[in-house]
Amino acid sequence: MGRRTPLFAIHESAGARIVEFGGWDMPLHYGSLLAEHHAVRRSAGIFDVSHMCIVDLEGAQTRPLLRTLFANDVGKLTIPGKALYGCLLNERGGVIDDLIVYYLGEQWFRAVVNAGTRDKDLEWIRRHAAAFGVKVTERTDLAMLAVQGPEAREQVASLLTRVGAERALALEAFFGAEIDGWFVSRTGYTGEEGFEVMLPAAQAQSLWRALTAAGVAPCGLGARDTLRLEAGMNLYGHDMDEHTSPLESGLAWTVVMSPGRAFIGREALEAQRARGVERKLVGLVLQERGVLRAHQRVIAPGAGEGEITSGTYSPTLERSIALARVPAPALGPVQVEVRGKLLDARVVKPPFVRHGKSLIG
Amino acid sequence: MSKVPTDLKYTRTHEWLRTLPDGIVEVGITDHAQHALGDLVFVEVPEAGRTVSLGEPFAVVESVKAASDVYAPVSGEVIEGNPTLAGAPETLNSDPYGDGWLARLRLTGTPAPLLSAAEYEKLTAEEAD
Repeated sequence: MGRRTPLFAIHESAGARIVEFGGWDMPLHYGSLLAEHHAVRRSAGIFDVSHMCIVDLEGAQTRPLLRTLFANDVGKLTIPGKALYGCLLNERGGVIDDLIVYYLGEQWFRAVVNAGTRDKDLEWIRRHAAAFGVKVTERTDLAMLAVQGPEAREQVASLLTRVGAERALALEAFFGAEIDGWFVSRTGYTGEEGFEVMLPAAQAQSLWRALTAAGVAPCGLGARDTLRLEAGMNLYGHDMDEHTSPLESGLAWTVVMSPGRAFIGREALEAQRARGVERKLVGLVLQERGVLRAHQRVIAPGAGEGEITSGTYSPTLERSIALARVPAPALGPVQVEVRGKLLDARVVKPPFVRHGKSLIG
Repeated sequence: MSKVPTDLKYTRTHEWLRTLPDGIVEVGITDHAQHALGDLVFVEVPEAGRTVSLGEPFAVVESVKAASDVYAPVSGEVIEGNPTLAGAPETLNSDPYGDGWLARLRLTGTPAPLLSAAEYEKLTAEEAD
C-alpha cells in the first residue's frame, strides 16, 4: 500500500481505478479516461495533485540559494506571487527534477516538486540550504488540487468571497496569490486555462465536493498524462532524468546562462553546448493507425536512431502522438518500430494542442 | 457487475467463444476484460487465412494507457477479422459480445478446456478479491 492523499476515500467511493504512482495510491481514472480528457478540453476537470511535494524555503539567503540550485534565473522573480518553471541540475548537467518556484516574499519562496523524486529533492535542497541558513519545510499540512479547462477559473471563483473571486480572476498567467486562506495560482499541466489551489488538507474534501457538485469532472492520472503530452509538457523520469540535460530535453528555454550567473550544472551545460548538443527532444505524430509508446525505436533517415520517451493516443487529435529523443539533425518524416513493423511518423515541434485547438497542420 | 452470457464459453485469459455452424467459432474478449482495459483506441485483428495456434497472441487491443495481447483460445484458420474495429475500436467497449467480436476461426484441433459462464464468473470474482 502506498501513501494516500486527504482525498483517497473520495476517489475510492467514486469508483476510481487506483494505481501506485511515485509511492502514492492515486486515481488512474473514474470510469473513462477519454471522457475526463474531453471534459478538461471542453469545460472543466479537477485533479488531486496532493501527492506533489510542496516545500517552503525561508530565510534572508533564499534567493542566493535558488540562484545556485535552480537553472532558471530567480532574478526574474521580482513581483510577489510570480511563478517560474525550471530544473534542479546535478554537476553533470543532468536533471534532478523539474519544478515550479513561487516568489512569496524576499524571505519566502515555495517550490513544488514531483512526488516520485521527493526524497532525493529534499535531501539535495537541504544539503545546500544549510550553508545559506535557509529553513526547508515540507508542507505536508497542505493538499493541492488542479482545476483545469475553459470553465475552470470561473468554477473556482464561484466558491470564493466576492473580493477573493475578483482577485483570483485578475491573476495573470503564472502568478499566484493567497486568497481567502488558499494559495491560488494560474498554473497547470494541461495546456488549458485553470488554477492550482493549495489549501489546508482538512478543507480538500469540501472543495472537491463543491466543484464536482457544480459539474467539474473528477479526472485521474491517465487524463493528466494525455493532456500534458498533447500540451507538449515533459514528465520527469520519462522525458528527462539525471542522465539527460535540459538542452537535450526541450528545456533550453528554462536555462539562463547569462554572464556571472553561477548555478550547479552550468559548466557541464556550457561544455555540452561547445561540443554541440547531439540529441534533441521532438514531437512525433503517427501518420498511420496504431499507438506510439515509450521506448519504441525511432529511425530518422540520414540522421540515425532515437527513442520515444512518452507516447499515447491523443484524444483531441484522434491519432497517436509522442515525445522522442532523436539525433539533432532529424526532421520531417521518420519511422517508428511498433511490434516489429515500421510505421510512418512525422517530426513536429510541440505543443500538439493548446486551449482545445490542434496545432498540428 | 460484468455481464457473462450463459450461451458462451470462456478462457482463463478473458476471451469468449461462440460456436457458429460449420465448425466455425467467433472469438472476442469479455466484458470484464474490456472494463479492466478501459477506453480502447486501437485494435489489431488477425488477417483472413492466418493459421493460429492455441495460446498464441493473435490480436492486440490498446487502451489509451497500454497495449495488451489477446490469446487464441483455439487452434484454427482465421476466416475473418472484424473489419469494423479498425475505425471504431470503442465498439469493443460498448458491445464486447456482439459487434465487438474480434475474429471468426475454423477449428483445426480440439479447443483447450473451456470454462462455462458460471465457472468464468467465479474466476473473475476470485480475481477481484
